[in-house]
Amino acid sequence: MREDLKMGKKESETGKSYFFDKPKNVKIVFGVFYAVLFVSLVFEFLIHKHTFFRWEEWPGFYAAFGFVAFVVLILTAKYLLRPIIKRKEDYYD
Amino acid sequence: MINTVPPAIIFILGALLIPILKGRLKSAYLLLLPIVGFINLINIPEGTNWIVRFLDYELVFGKVDRLSLFFGYIYHLITFLIFLYAIHVKDNLQHVAGFVYAGSSLGVVFAGDLLSLFLFWEMMTFSAVVLVWSNRTKNSIAAGFRYLLVHITGGLCLLAGIILHVVDTGSIEFGFIGLQGLATYLIFIGFGINCAWPGLHAWLPDAYPESTITGAIFMWTFTTKTAVYVLARAFPGTEALIWIGAIMTVFPIFFAVIENNLRRVLSYSLINQVGYMVCGIGIGTELAINGTVAHVFCHILYKGLLVMSMGAVLHRTGKINCTDLGGLYKSMPLTCIFCIIGAASISGFPLFSGFICKSMVMEASALGGMSIIWFLLMFASVGVLEHAGIKVPYYAFFSHDSGIRTKEAPLNMLLAMGVAAFLCIFIGIFPGFLYSLLPYPVDFEPYTPFHVVGMSQLLFFGAFAYLLLVLSGIFPAEVRAVNLDFDWFYRKGAMVFMMGCYALNNLRVGVQALLSKFVDETAKHGLDPLHIPALATRYIQLKIARVFFKDKAREYEFKFRRIQKMGESGMSYSTDIPRERIGFSLILALTLFFLYLLVYLIFYLPEKL
Repeated sequence: MREDLKMGKKESETGKSYFFDKPKNVKIVFGVFYAVLFVSLVFEFLIHKHTFFRWEEWPGFYAAFGFVAFVVLILTAKYLLRPIIKRKEDYYD
Repeated sequence: MINTVPPAIIFILGALLIPILKGRLKSAYLLLLPIVGFINLINIPEGTNWIVRFLDYELVFGKVDRLSLFFGYIYHLITFLIFLYAIHVKDNLQHVAGFVYAGSSLGVVFAGDLLSLFLFWEMMTFSAVVLVWSNRTKNSIAAGFRYLLVHITGGLCLLAGIILHVVDTGSIEFGFIGLQGLATYLIFIGFGINCAWPGLHAWLPDAYPESTITGAIFMWTFTTKTAVYVLARAFPGTEALIWIGAIMTVFPIFFAVIENNLRRVLSYSLINQVGYMVCGIGIGTELAINGTVAHVFCHILYKGLLVMSMGAVLHRTGKINCTDLGGLYKSMPLTCIFCIIGAASISGFPLFSGFICKSMVMEASALGGMSIIWFLLMFASVGVLEHAGIKVPYYAFFSHDSGIRTKEAPLNMLLAMGVAAFLCIFIGIFPGFLYSLLPYPVDFEPYTPFHVVGMSQLLFFGAFAYLLLVLSGIFPAEVRAVNLDFDWFYRKGAMVFMMGCYALNNLRVGVQALLSKFVDETAKHGLDPLHIPALATRYIQLKIARVFFKDKAREYEFKFRRIQKMGESGMSYSTDIPRERIGFSLILALTLFFLYLLVYLIFYLPEKL
């Protein structure tokens, strides 16, 4: 821990900064991410769909499913599962 | 053509030499052994080899076909990578256990009969538990014992099934079994425990995170994948497996969301991934089996890569909880990149290995018209993205800066991770190489435009949801906590059992004390029988005096105490009791008995005769 502190001090002395310390880099990453979202939506209309189920033909089905499933997963885990199974760290000791 | 030996032999016997070797020679030996094993493997002819007669049965140590060979390849590859990763470890015990574990897994894969299969199956359990115990912490010892408890139960279940099956069919050959009757159900469940089926899975997130840094990769590779192999061999097309597999993919992702320990997150991820494989076996079509087996190959590599990267983090920082880590990309950039490659592969992003194998099982379920299964698998894919794709790299390497500044992982670890990462991408871009090794001919094109766009939408919009949830503060914060799982039943159950044992023991101690006091008192008063009436008399006198003659109570109390004291100190109440009279009465009694005997012998016995 002492070594960590020492190294941390050095860092502030030398003014060394890392990739995500610069807001500009973070902005670029987010920009690329939003672009990919947009492209993946647009491309759906340019390609031939080979589907097994009828709902796969709905435009943006996969995007909507991914989004909704993710939210449902997080909310269920947070509000349903965690209250049931969470215990203190020394529960089994 | 060179002479070959059963693949298990090289690893298991080869392991015995490790403690003798030292320094660079040992390092070279550790890396060379998997290579020698691999050369041996590719020279083994397909068919049935190494038949040994044992009692009335034939043991087959080499049932070699495309399925077993495929598992053989990936097992040798990952063993080599693990030893590259673990070459700095000085603990011989771990190295030996690792090779025995890998060797016995190979033994199961190439076993052509149920007896040798069972033998290697149990060897896996016992070598694996050594890798948990080698961590030498209080938690790892306890978790190891729980691991043994569960797996010995599973092993006995399997053994019972095997014995019944052999009695039923008269053959010990290991091939397709199918679900019919008690014997096959017992075998099915025996396999299922090693496969971490829902409800039977708790040993996995319990024991695996307690294993050593390098031993962990063995754990994450062999037991579950070998169980997948035997299921694919014995129970393909069993409908129950479709549902078991689909549930396996879904339920662990909820646990993984709220878990703080990243190696436990990867344990739940392992159950989820094995779920796809089990589901594929259940569907049982050629495409599904191919998908399962391809998934085994890719999964071992990318999950190995993720476990290696978390091992490197644990190795350098000594920490593994989300709440303690963060910002490590600053000091471990290469490990971070490798971890992200593993995360992208497991999530199934296009151009990574997960994409070309997971979609096979998904498509097999769609072709079978199983819409519910298909939805469950899709949902699970989003879950994989959440816990393995985002959570593991994000909390370790980014998140809030924990202030930890450390060194990059050692060179050998970086090399092992680098090779695994390269293979994840290589297989993702050129799936033809992997497809050519699969058991059945492959008629599947992963990179159709719709596939690519659909998966991209699913994953990127999942990530978008993550972003929004984090920004809105709804995403659950990581907290230090224990999350219960099914192991609660036997961990708390064992406590209740032990409490029952203690209660019974206390009862025994109490009864024993009571009895011995009784015996003690009886013996004491037996020496001095007149003491009892005297004591009783004085006691009654005391009670009466206390009620009616209060002025004399003190006097009687004194008398009572004196008598009582005499008894306690072993002193006789009155010294003039002639003790010899006891002996005298005894002689008198014996003489009377003797006379009675004489009378009996003289007068009554002759009449009876």
